[in-house]
Amino acid sequence: MENAALARPSGVAPAIELRGICKSFGPVRANHDISLSIAPGTVHGIVGENGAGKSTLMSILYGFYRADAGEIRIHGQRTAIPNSQAAIRAGIGMVHQHFMLVHNFTVLENVVLGAEDGPLLAPALANARSLLTRLSEEYELSVDPDAIIENLSVGHQQRVEILKALFRQADILILDEPTGVLTPAEAKHLFRILRNLRDEGKCIILITHKLQEILQVTDTVSVMRQGEMTATVKTKDTSADKLAQMMVGRKVLLRVDKTQSNPGDIVLETRKLCVIDAHDVPRLKNVSLSVRRGEILGIAGVAGNGQTELLAAIGGMTPASGEIHIKGQKIRLSGSGADPRVRRQLGIAHVPEDRHRHALVMEFHAWENMVLGYHNHRSFRRGSWFMNTFVIRTDSMERMRSFDVRPLLPETIARSFSGGNQQKIVLAREFSRSPDLLIVGQPTRGVDIGAIEFIHQRIVDLRDAGVAVLLVSVELDEILSLADRVAVMFDGSIIGERDIKDTDENELGLLMAGIAGGPA
Amino acid sequence: MDLTTIVQILDSMMRLSTPLIFACLAGLFSERAGIFDIGLEGKMLASAFFSAATAAVTGSVLLGLLAGLTAATLLAMVHGVASITFRGNQLISGVAINFLASGFTALIGQNWFQLGGRTPSLSGDGRFLPVDLPFVETIAGIPFLGKLYGELISGHTLLVYLALPTVLLSWWILFRTRFGLRLRAVGENPEAVDTGGLSVSALRFQATLICGLLCGFGGAYLSTGMAAGFIRDMTAGKGFIALAALIFAKWRPGYALCACLLFGLLEAIAIRYQNIEIEGIGTVPLQLMQALPYILTVIILAGFVGKAIPPRAGGIPYVKER
Repeated sequence: MENAALARPSGVAPAIELRGICKSFGPVRANHDISLSIAPGTVHGIVGENGAGKSTLMSILYGFYRADAGEIRIHGQRTAIPNSQAAIRAGIGMVHQHFMLVHNFTVLENVVLGAEDGPLLAPALANARSLLTRLSEEYELSVDPDAIIENLSVGHQQRVEILKALFRQADILILDEPTGVLTPAEAKHLFRILRNLRDEGKCIILITHKLQEILQVTDTVSVMRQGEMTATVKTKDTSADKLAQMMVGRKVLLRVDKTQSNPGDIVLETRKLCVIDAHDVPRLKNVSLSVRRGEILGIAGVAGNGQTELLAAIGGMTPASGEIHIKGQKIRLSGSGADPRVRRQLGIAHVPEDRHRHALVMEFHAWENMVLGYHNHRSFRRGSWFMNTFVIRTDSMERMRSFDVRPLLPETIARSFSGGNQQKIVLAREFSRSPDLLIVGQPTRGVDIGAIEFIHQRIVDLRDAGVAVLLVSVELDEILSLADRVAVMFDGSIIGERDIKDTDENELGLLMAGIAGGPA
Repeated sequence: MDLTTIVQILDSMMRLSTPLIFACLAGLFSERAGIFDIGLEGKMLASAFFSAATAAVTGSVLLGLLAGLTAATLLAMVHGVASITFRGNQLISGVAINFLASGFTALIGQNWFQLGGRTPSLSGDGRFLPVDLPFVETIAGIPFLGKLYGELISGHTLLVYLALPTVLLSWWILFRTRFGLRLRAVGENPEAVDTGGLSVSALRFQATLICGLLCGFGGAYLSTGMAAGFIRDMTAGKGFIALAALIFAKWRPGYALCACLLFGLLEAIAIRYQNIEIEGIGTVPLQLMQALPYILTVIILAGFVGKAIPPRAGGIPYVKER
């Protein structure tokens, strides 16, 4: 095996070794027969698409899940990790994607929490203070020990997480998507810290889907795909190109009956659209795109590269700068009049990415959900104050029937439907009111295969009826089978746009990894 | 207003504040750990009843106190099981405890003593008696200090003298010990505590236990220190006033003491001045004076007094996400 060859360059026991780890959730194999060994003093990267099983594997290492089968060896010792406490004792430290910090505590208090070593705080705090001083020099890990967490930048908060792990004497450090929230400068600094730690003999595991980072900072890298570890290689023997291919692999495409598109007038046009989030981080950078009647523009990209913000800006859920034109008419992007209600009146139907948070009220009946956003429509009202519930119910019943929602019971609350049927309720609401533009995010996330096909067909039908469709999906398959044109987003901008006929998954995979101008 | 009146009002403030201080600290521990507790009232009432009943039967106030502490702690554990183990709604559990305590104290009281829900009057060793501090006689002659020391500072019951150090001790525990750090953390971000390898439930149960004990002291004081026996629903909303004081105090022990003293002062004034003449308006009705602490409670709870930020994870049952 390649693994074994990499593991023992000099006969030292690997810092961490996994043998045949399996973990299933019901019928889903999240991890299957995963073996891996990492030497001390190594930065090891684990890459893979969303849902490839990276997070499950790390949760097993940190004691959140127990593996169904397989064993974990730490420095050659077989170790059981039933909970986080055991993981900490085994010398494993984890920097979670969402930081586990108490927002109104000081840096010191966060560092010592749970590792105080004695009933009184003062000695522990003094101890941590001297350690922090030492570490900040050794590893460029400087943070003001008395600062309150919520006043720190994200980059500094992450350093606190690393310090927490070091205070607990972790020598295996796992970082889950560490650069997702960092600015490029902060990311660079983080990599310096990681290299310093590696040089001290620590073992660092970096989980990410950003290939550039893997190439920059790791020594060895493993690729995960569909719950399996498909390859482990030395970083210097590979390239972004090869990794992207291993990540995406070849999957069976779901085919959709689709004729040649017949684009008409431009319905949606954005010019230099920008979104800046609450922490002043630019999330969307000068995005210019256009969608015509009767075509589907697919937005591909790894999650978190600005797709969410793009949908939110067009849907009126977040203020933006730049320009959006709907049917040639410039619309307001911030202040009054820039809200989803006005966008709806302009003929935009929006199927949000997160249906639980933005599309449905889970405790409401199906029929109540069916009318959300359209409740002011004249036919649903009786006078100016009352809802005409009879009309709403009959109307909902009809729409649910035409979208084959099961069970066909408008009185059932949204939470009781399966994921696929919840999504159908949302689609039924948004599709059947003859929009001019449909913006749809992750239309088949958490939806079973049968429903996927149905939903895909409906999106194509809508296109054929002359609707302009903007489709955001992290599933490349979905983009490939539905879109007429595809734009790839990376780091908040559109890194490339292709006609679907002129591209393939390998090229798109490279673009998704931020490698522009690959083979045209 | 002469010195005697002022001393008398302040003296009465001290006595009236004591149960509030205990209850407020009880709520402080619980809420700092992320468990909202509107059942302070019920726990105090249960403690008041059982301490008075036990003291009446055994003639020993200390046994009474013990019984009161036990009763309040048991109710606190009920709240803990409902809201920590079974992740129930903390408000509903608290309301249930209030109703339960109000109902069963009256029921059992009538059944045991046949006095319409009261317990027999306590006397002698059956209740906490005023303690005279040393040197009262010696400095009684000094004009100002003598009065202050003799009437205001000396002559309270043991539990009043216990209340003030409890505030200090609570502050020290919360802000100077490992336990306090963990307790505050679990009320803000239980996930951080969990991933740090600590048990969220254990910490929250410990906080609930302390809450029960402190409510027990507050309740026992009501029936065996301030009064000489239990009367139906004798807590009269003190648990809720303590909650208001807690919010007013922004969940800090020192401020909590001040808030409770303020409420005690209002009550003392209301008792002292039952008829105030205001020129041009006439007599202020007695009812308005008595309602003063409650009116202040409403104003505070309605959020008119500054911005009070409760512990972030307060009221939310902790569910491991993974």
